Amino acid sequence: MNPYLVPGLVVVVLVTIGIGVYGLRFARTTSDFLVASRSVSPSWNAAAISGEYLSAASFLGVAGLVLRYGVEVLWYPVGFAAGYLALLLFVAAPLRRSGAFTLPDFCEVRLRSTRLRRLATTFVLFIGALYLLPQLQGAGLTFATVTGGSYAWGALLVGVVVTANVAFGGMRAITFVQAFQYWLKLTALAVPILFLVLQWQSDGRPAVTPPAGAVFPAATSVVIEQDAVLDGIGPVTAGTTLHFAAGDPVPKVSTVDATFGAYWLQPGGDSGLLGTYSLILATFLGTMGLPHVLVRFYTNPDGASARRTTLVVLAMVGLFYLLPTLYGVLGRVYTPQLLMTGRTDAVVLLLPEAALGSGHLGRLLGALVTAGALAAFLSTSSGLLTSIAGVIFTDVLPPGRSGSVRDFRLATVLAAAVPTTMAIFVSDMDVSRVVGLAFAVAASSFCPLLVLGIWWRGLTDAGAIAGILVGGGSAVVAVFVTVLGADLPGNLAEFAAQPAAWTVPLAFFVMVVMSLLTSRRVPADVGATMLRLHAPESLRS
Amino acid sequence: MADDPPPPRTRVVLGEATVHRRPADPARTDLADQTAISEALVKGLVRAQLALALRLSLVVVAGLGALPLLFAVAPAVGGFKVFGMHLPWLLLGVLSFPFLVLVGAAYVHWAERNEQDFTAVIRRPER
Repeated sequence: MNPYLVPGLVVVVLVTIGIGVYGLRFARTTSDFLVASRSVSPSWNAAAISGEYLSAASFLGVAGLVLRYGVEVLWYPVGFAAGYLALLLFVAAPLRRSGAFTLPDFCEVRLRSTRLRRLATTFVLFIGALYLLPQLQGAGLTFATVTGGSYAWGALLVGVVVTANVAFGGMRAITFVQAFQYWLKLTALAVPILFLVLQWQSDGRPAVTPPAGAVFPAATSVVIEQDAVLDGIGPVTAGTTLHFAAGDPVPKVSTVDATFGAYWLQPGGDSGLLGTYSLILATFLGTMGLPHVLVRFYTNPDGASARRTTLVVLAMVGLFYLLPTLYGVLGRVYTPQLLMTGRTDAVVLLLPEAALGSGHLGRLLGALVTAGALAAFLSTSSGLLTSIAGVIFTDVLPPGRSGSVRDFRLATVLAAAVPTTMAIFVSDMDVSRVVGLAFAVAASSFCPLLVLGIWWRGLTDAGAIAGILVGGGSAVVAVFVTVLGADLPGNLAEFAAQPAAWTVPLAFFVMVVMSLLTSRRVPADVGATMLRLHAPESLRS
Repeated sequence: MADDPPPPRTRVVLGEATVHRRPADPARTDLADQTAISEALVKGLVRAQLALALRLSLVVVAGLGALPLLFAVAPAVGGFKVFGMHLPWLLLGVLSFPFLVLVGAAYVHWAERNEQDFTAVIRRPER
């Protein structure tokens, strides 16, 4: 095993806990815990938002998808970044000015409806858990891949570290932790890629898609994990180890879905326009509905700084997303065996040693990317947990008890328990797919609520409830159908796997029609609310 | 500083939903009173900001959203090479990010200008 690995991971965990403890010295009241007393500067805040947002799906998943499917999946990073533009254009400043801390708060502020608030709480908890689960799974899989340890221990370890950090430090500490982790993640991808590209140059720039098909760059053994048929080799049973010499062609494995040659290089493959547009819609509009993203806007002092923070986030996230694509492309050259095993998510972790050899340089850089991956799990799950715990604390636990800081800690443990337990027992769900579905649910429930709530006076509580139930509800059903793997005829299966293309317009449509039908229920103070959402703060005091 | 007693721990009610309206400056009070004029001013600001946001999202829809359709209708575009990179890779993998940031920067600039105009109108002495 890589000797730099354990020290690297230990340093990341210790620094995370250390910054959390340092932050604890300042955290005295509940507002310190939840909103960092709104004293966080925009650049810290932007780094923290980016650090929180760039999850395992971005750090590992995007490179893995590019390695596997090529140009078609570049829409994932573009959409993940563009989500912040949609957030900036339609939501950032008014949301901050509303004074809402969570989505349920926004419902209360804008529509004064307790029933809508409860429905929103349910969706926040669902989306939060749906997003937290794959983070912990990814942590477990990474732990198993790089240390050879057990999957369950990896998931449990990250679960416990994150819970302790959120419960004892709260968000003030988390802000510093998240900001540190953005820069760690960026460094962990940027430094190795410099060496990798130089290595690729000095190897004579081997073609990414050679006309005769991919070849192994070095002698490689591959363990086949499922019975499969290999091109040019024939049927192979599970557990067989195959040996390839340098220069041997990489055979296609029947059980692993991947694209090759021109299909990898050029768009117009078999994923279809509907799938592409559905993905674009889900990622563009889903970001604004993710609970851990919205919480962050409350820590800006005013609406204008919320806008500027979002712009910096857009730049930071965009800068980061230039890198995973390169890993995926170079993975085609140096780690083609992943296309046989199907473990393409490991490409970022394995590429440094595969390309640079297992000397000190390769191993150091390997440890660096693994530390970055750990930072990705830690930061996203901390942010998610803070926001889920915040919602449990304000909307689920009985109010009015003394010792509310203890209550927040109780809420944190409650919020972490279910996803951690599930992550330990469920290891075979596809990580990036679950993340995509969380985006789709958010885009078809909270996106219409926020956009219409901020820009349209005519929205009513009944309309919002109906839209969330119909649009968000059908997205949730699609999630369960896809995750449980129900048998559907071809067309229906495609609609269920990429629900956003129909659930988002449906949610908007139902919300508008139902609001028009119940226009008597428009809140009497909508004019004052609109003023509060849109007028600059300088007019307030 | 070290002598200050730590502030007592309190339960914080989130959302500011029940926060009392602060007695603010006359302009603010006017606006809160929802006279016909101020109502129209706020509506004008909301409309201006929404029009700006929609216009810029149209730029993004035209610039990025049309690409899948373009690649599907004219597959030959996918074969173009620029600096040794296939055009779709260059457009999506590299150029889309600065494009998004530019659109965002334009929005921040104009949105702040809209707000300044609004503030100037409100603050203008009536007589």
